Amino acid sequence: MTTKVTSTPVPPTRRRGTEAARARQAFWLLLPTLIAIALVAGYPLYRTIFFALFEADLTTPDQRTFLGLGNFWFTTEEGVALGFLQDPKWWEAVKNTMLFTVVSVFLETVFGMIIALVVNSAFKGRAFLRTAMLVPWAIPTVVSAQMWAYMYNDSFGLVGRGLLGGQALLANTDTAIWALIAVDVWKTTSFMALLILAGLQSLPGDMYEAADMDGASKWTQFWRLTLPLLRPALLVALVFRSLDALRVFDIMYVMLGANNAAATSMTGYARQAMIDNSMLGMGSAVAVAIFLIIMVIVVVYVTAFRVKFD
Amino acid sequence: MKKAIAILGLTTALAGASQAGAVTVTLACGTVGQELQLCKEGAARWAKKTGNTVKIFESPNLTNDRLGLYQQQLAAKSSDIDVYQLDVIWPGLLSQHFVDLKGKIPASEVNTHFKGIVAANTVGGKLVSMPWFTDAGLLYYRTDLLKKYGYNAPPKTWAEMATMARKIQSGEQKTNKGFAGFVFQGKNYEGLTCNALEWVSSFGGGTIVDDSGKVTINNAKAALALDTAAGWIRDISPRGVTTYGEEEARGIFQSGNAAFMRNWPYAWALGQSDDSKVKGKIGVAPLPAGVGGKPAATLGGWNLGVSQYSKNQAAAIDLVRYLTGPAEQKIRAIEGAYNPTITTLYQDKAILAKNPFFGSLYSVFTNAVARPSGPTKSKYNQVSQAFSTAVSSVLNGNTKGQAAVAKLNTDLARIKGRGW
Repeated sequence: MTTKVTSTPVPPTRRRGTEAARARQAFWLLLPTLIAIALVAGYPLYRTIFFALFEADLTTPDQRTFLGLGNFWFTTEEGVALGFLQDPKWWEAVKNTMLFTVVSVFLETVFGMIIALVVNSAFKGRAFLRTAMLVPWAIPTVVSAQMWAYMYNDSFGLVGRGLLGGQALLANTDTAIWALIAVDVWKTTSFMALLILAGLQSLPGDMYEAADMDGASKWTQFWRLTLPLLRPALLVALVFRSLDALRVFDIMYVMLGANNAAATSMTGYARQAMIDNSMLGMGSAVAVAIFLIIMVIVVVYVTAFRVKFD
Repeated sequence: MKKAIAILGLTTALAGASQAGAVTVTLACGTVGQELQLCKEGAARWAKKTGNTVKIFESPNLTNDRLGLYQQQLAAKSSDIDVYQLDVIWPGLLSQHFVDLKGKIPASEVNTHFKGIVAANTVGGKLVSMPWFTDAGLLYYRTDLLKKYGYNAPPKTWAEMATMARKIQSGEQKTNKGFAGFVFQGKNYEGLTCNALEWVSSFGGGTIVDDSGKVTINNAKAALALDTAAGWIRDISPRGVTTYGEEEARGIFQSGNAAFMRNWPYAWALGQSDDSKVKGKIGVAPLPAGVGGKPAATLGGWNLGVSQYSKNQAAAIDLVRYLTGPAEQKIRAIEGAYNPTITTLYQDKAILAKNPFFGSLYSVFTNAVARPSGPTKSKYNQVSQAFSTAVSSVLNGNTKGQAAVAKLNTDLARIKGRGW
């Protein structure tokens, strides 16, 4: 389809001149931002990828030896496996992080949707409820994690002693992961509800009036109108939450301690390698791997669901 | 006239000396409990004596966080901090960044400290840091409950302890459902390494890695020690003991809910404080011995080292000498129950009056077992993690001692790689 543009004839050269000037201007205006991004994001990323290829100690980064991909996969002549991809603990961390992400994001989305629908309907005290539901999210994660660690304690905790009668959920990584999911759901459901609520409020009210006129039940209205129209907002919220959950660190670190955190979260594993064990090269390699995993997942998300961020 | 000239001469000499030497030294102190206060006061006394100034750098509370921060400072060759407070397991890790104090502090002065602690601070013949205060695992018990159930002495072996704990626990649980026989540090972290090393060593199972760097953990005695400890859980220890650190254990003991506790000396002063429910009812003894072994306590403690990147090394060394000296250690022992590292202070009346158990447990502090941080050097943390993870899996019932030490042997070989 071609439509002929009949605008006021402007000398083509002048026009190109203004556009070029504008482009130049835009470039200069963007330059500080680009420099800032290069400094605060680009350089650390470059250094991380750089060190991932070396064997280096955190205290003496200058004395490094080139390893290539040895930090990822390396077997010595004696048959000792040294790459982190050969470490069963890493795969345990990946498995636990994935389980944590899938289950917690799913539950948060379902609960968040229910809460958002309730808070969206008109009733007395709605404003108060909207503020109150944000309380768990407003508490710093480190604080709420410590609070929950006490509640899970088997000899004086409200949950550990009171509800479960002296069970120590956090003792084993197999049971601890579910305890951690519960904490994350408690904490982040309200954030999810908030994002969904924002989406709900942008839906036109007269559409529901029309649906009521046509005799559609509330159930049908939800499935045929609300959900499809909410899809863009919901997907953006899902991407945000999934990213956050994949990078989870503080809950594990506070509630389980450094060693068990390394077996339950990828970031905990990276921190242990880099800081506790002062293996700068190995830690960087793990960080690069986490970066790649998250990037792949985001690309899959965005292409499969055609998420639009604008 | 002669006197006046002498005084005048002395004054000018002093003024000249202080002018030439008046520098600012930065000291990184720990901030747990009374530590910071005592550190500040000690530094102020030295500053007044020498005319120098001391700046205090407040370090993070957790050992691991502190190490991360120090490593960054040292890697950047920063001269911001002159004197660092070092954990007893760090010299192997950080030795290259510190001044060799051998020869800079007279040998006669160094020799007044416990030999074992000086050895733990010496890496490849280099004295990395000076001992400041020491720590070793102790068995705390309730004197009133032991008496109530007909015992007149603390247990000598782990088996004896388990029997006593079981009897007291079953008696006390009739009125107090949350009562536990024995609490210790069972969480998977450095504290568990310390606890489990005591079990293994007290059963005659060695020290994980021996002084020559050979992995020795794969033996029947070590396996038996771990199985014994696993047997305590749900029997005399609560299930959740595998999530407890020092403070969780102390919380339970100090609120009157446990008969026995394994902890460091710091718990004494707090247990005797006014808000403690067990004030005046606490006894302290060496940890029990295992089958066919002798009691063992893991060596802890902190030391002071001078950064190689310090711009005022002479003054910094003098500060270390002063703070680790007998006068300062005595003040710290009396005011904060910090265990001196100078042997003769264990006969000091003023110290013993305040900490009666110091004298009788002298042998515990002198014979404490060092964690294998010396031979494993910069890989110590990995060794410790592998060890505590293996112990944790036995305590949680996921594996048996025999299989755990065999797997640990493989893990340690992997960590050792081409050498420590």
